[in-house]
Amino acid sequence: MDLSLTPEQEAFGATVRAWLKTNIPHEWKSIGSSEIPRMEQYEFLRRWQRTLFDAGFIGLTWPKEYGGRGFTFMEELILQQEMALAKAPPILNVLGVGMAGPTIVAWGTEEQKKRYPAKILSCEEIWCQGYSEPNAGSDLASLQTRAVKDGEYWVINGQKVWTSFAHVSEYMMLLARTDPNVPKHKGITYFLLDMKLPGVTVKPLRQITGEAEFNEVFFDNVRVHESQVLGGVNNGWAVGLTTLMYERLTLGFGLQVRLRIALEGLIDLARRMEKSGRVVTKDPVMRQKLAQLWIDTECLKYTGARAITKLLRGEMPGPEASTGKMAWVDTHQRLQELAMEIEGPYSQLWKGSDWAVEGGVWAQSFLRSRANSIEGGTTEIQKNIIAERLLGLPKD
Amino acid sequence: MDFGFSPEQEMLRATARKFLENECTSGFVRARMEEPAGVTDEFWAKLAEQGWLGLVYPEEHGGSGLGFVDLTVLMEEMGRVVMPGPFFSTVLLGGLAIREAGSPAQKKEWLARIAAGRGRTTLAWTEPSARWDAAGVTCAAREDKGGFVLNGTKLFVLDAHLADVLVVVARTGEGKTPEEGVSLFLVPNGTRGVEVKLLPTMDQTRKLCEVSFKDASVPAEAMMGVSGKVWPTLARVVERATVALCAEMCGGAQRVLDMTTDYAKIRVAFGKPIGTYQGVKHKAADMLVDVENAKSLTYYAAWAVDENAPEAALAASMAKAYVTDAYRKVAGAGIQLHGGIGFTWEHDLHLYFKRAKSSEFTFGDATYHRERVAQLINL
Ligand SMILES: Cc1cc2nc3c(=O)[nH]c(=O)nc-3n(C[C@H](O)[C@H](O)[C@H](O)COP(=O)(O)OP(=O)(O)OC[C@H]3O[C@@H](n4cnc5c(N)ncnc54)[C@H](O)[C@@H]3O)c2cc1C
Ligand SMILES: Cc1cc2nc3c(=O)[nH]c(=O)nc-3n(C[C@H](O)[C@H](O)[C@H](O)COP(=O)(O)OP(=O)(O)OC[C@H]3O[C@@H](n4cnc5c(N)ncnc54)[C@H](O)[C@@H]3O)c2cc1C
Repeated sequence: MDLSLTPEQEAFGATVRAWLKTNIPHEWKSIGSSEIPRMEQYEFLRRWQRTLFDAGFIGLTWPKEYGGRGFTFMEELILQQEMALAKAPPILNVLGVGMAGPTIVAWGTEEQKKRYPAKILSCEEIWCQGYSEPNAGSDLASLQTRAVKDGEYWVINGQKVWTSFAHVSEYMMLLARTDPNVPKHKGITYFLLDMKLPGVTVKPLRQITGEAEFNEVFFDNVRVHESQVLGGVNNGWAVGLTTLMYERLTLGFGLQVRLRIALEGLIDLARRMEKSGRVVTKDPVMRQKLAQLWIDTECLKYTGARAITKLLRGEMPGPEASTGKMAWVDTHQRLQELAMEIEGPYSQLWKGSDWAVEGGVWAQSFLRSRANSIEGGTTEIQKNIIAERLLGLPKD
Repeated sequence: MDFGFSPEQEMLRATARKFLENECTSGFVRARMEEPAGVTDEFWAKLAEQGWLGLVYPEEHGGSGLGFVDLTVLMEEMGRVVMPGPFFSTVLLGGLAIREAGSPAQKKEWLARIAAGRGRTTLAWTEPSARWDAAGVTCAAREDKGGFVLNGTKLFVLDAHLADVLVVVARTGEGKTPEEGVSLFLVPNGTRGVEVKLLPTMDQTRKLCEVSFKDASVPAEAMMGVSGKVWPTLARVVERATVALCAEMCGGAQRVLDMTTDYAKIRVAFGKPIGTYQGVKHKAADMLVDVENAKSLTYYAAWAVDENAPEAALAASMAKAYVTDAYRKVAGAGIQLHGGIGFTWEHDLHLYFKRAKSSEFTFGDATYHRERVAQLINL
């Protein structure tokens, strides 16, 4: 066991640190829960991600020939840590970088690998994830969006829902049913879908925060060329899932980092707010809650480090890799609840009020955090997976 | 970076698991619960033979010179079988205090004896006030005729009735802070004026004593470290013992999870194994998250104390706060998921449940350590 870094890794960290110091735009102010890019920040974040790409500080573990750096998880981890310490802005193309890119690198044809990953990293092309449907959420394999072969093309009809970023995306990771006559997991194909194709309609859905960050997407005889199939016809379930463990780790590390940023923001808030005439950080009950959040946030880091160690050693990640999402959700939702408690009656005020604390940003991130236990697989489903796959309890 | 165990450490784990499964069975534990000794001479000799009593002591004193990460592996295995007896008090409290604060002569004699299984000790620290801070040390050591005279009462002293020598925390003076004036003494058990009383405990695998000092005279050489200035050393000893305790707790929690999942696979209700039901599944998943997180923080703390990292104190408190809650929750859930059988004396679950409780209040509970975390992160 050794948590120290090699001289090369230290040097890499120093390079990142120095770069961040001069390159984080002055207008950026990290407050609230900054793990999800907010709409009004999109243009700013697009430029930021481009800056990161030009400097070579994104896609570290991706192969060089496809726009990455060919580094190990260690450099990725160091980078993420430095980003957290510097309170750097998040990246905009999260689903592209976290999911589409690695999936394409793992399953794509040479042509696909040359075409897409680099533009994902540079944020020239934003990606969305077209998995969920009105009748297929947790039970994703029940999805009904149909793809029917017509010559060299697949004709898509159906609907997706809750599709984050669809309204600003160039491409979609689309799961569609290509064979309705086999068991449900076996008739699904993974498509790389150009959102500008005729027949694709995106309708923003207003969510709990009042913003429209996710959408409905309708497909009306959309013709997709067969070269846009990723990983083979009827192999979509495997394609969609194989990289999941890996993704959960990288995304997981990013999440831990954003959590740390949010926690420091919360502590700043607690230092400035008062309760019953006493600074919040001097209140014994609040100190307990803040300390617990600190512990839980640190814990995510070390649980992640254990999982990454296994990967670096070439072993399969163990239980510690699967608990991350659940633990993160629990910690983050508690953090947001605490922000409301710290603000007290002020938490009721929304942006637009001069009295709102920090422009009402915490109220907004508090509401947004409700989605954490739903998006990317609900907590109930995570628990089923842990109980059945890790503990070996019988399936229903 | 490598945040995993080495092949040697995995080997130590395998050896310890096998040894303890054979030697420290539930029957053995229960027999020890019923008697004051908490251990047999035969078992103790075997621990010495394995080299575990001197694992973290320097080789020059008969130890193996290994670190806390190695010890973590061993402690997890000991926690797994709720090992009774004075291992913790001897090796990690009294012994560690001697390693950190003892004079060369004290170390030479006692570390070698402990490692060889021929000497036992403990730390007489807390008092009826049940405080973990320096202000809690009121037991007085007054200079007298070139030596010291001790007066006061120590409570919650682990295994004092089995110790050959006691490491006693006493106050030789007052200073600007409560930390000033705290001193350590190595006091042979049986010294005139020292009375040890074994107390009945809820967790019978842990023997607690009251130790009272009534004008107990010790020579000047009994002092360990610099008079009035040992608090930081004591804090370091306790920090390390806390990390070892966390490891033991992790091992116990893991065992409860294992027992519970095994049971959930075979116990049938409503025509199916209870593990089929989500009420059981989700609780088991929560247990797993608690156990894994507890390990992450404990391993980190073990590494930090081994490295003498500046964040070691913070790491130890983070671990103790988390692991305390985790073990308590996991042990409780284990009983719950076993139904009526989990509530019986015959089933081993209560041994873990009680160990979780006694460990909770050893070296500060979760609330105490969260406040320490708050202080250490400058809240
Ligand atoms: C903010 C946000 C962004 C999202 N972005 C995307 C996106 O970009 N792309 C995308 O494809 N999807 C996205 N989703 C959709 C998300 O993946 C689904 O909402 C999620 O998988 C749950 O599906 P559902 O909403 O249909 O709920 P349902 O599956 O209908 O679940 C309803 C409730 O029943 C529970 N439940 C269901 N099955 C079980 C079971 N077997 N055991 C126990 N409990 C069960 C669930 O846990 C939940 O509490 C997003 C969702 C949100 C909230
Ligand atoms: C102190 C004490 C006194 C008692 N006194 C009496 C008495 O006087 N008379 C008497 O007749 N009985 C008595 N009982 C027995 C008590 O009613 C049973 O222990 C209880 O009903 C649970 O049954 P079980 O022990 O067989 O556990 P099980 O039924 O085997 O349950 C084991 C676990 O599985 C869970 N479980 C089982 N089925 C499901 C399901 N479908 N969905 C989700 N979870 C499930 C349970 O909640 C439990 O956590 C007593 C028990 C105790 C502890």
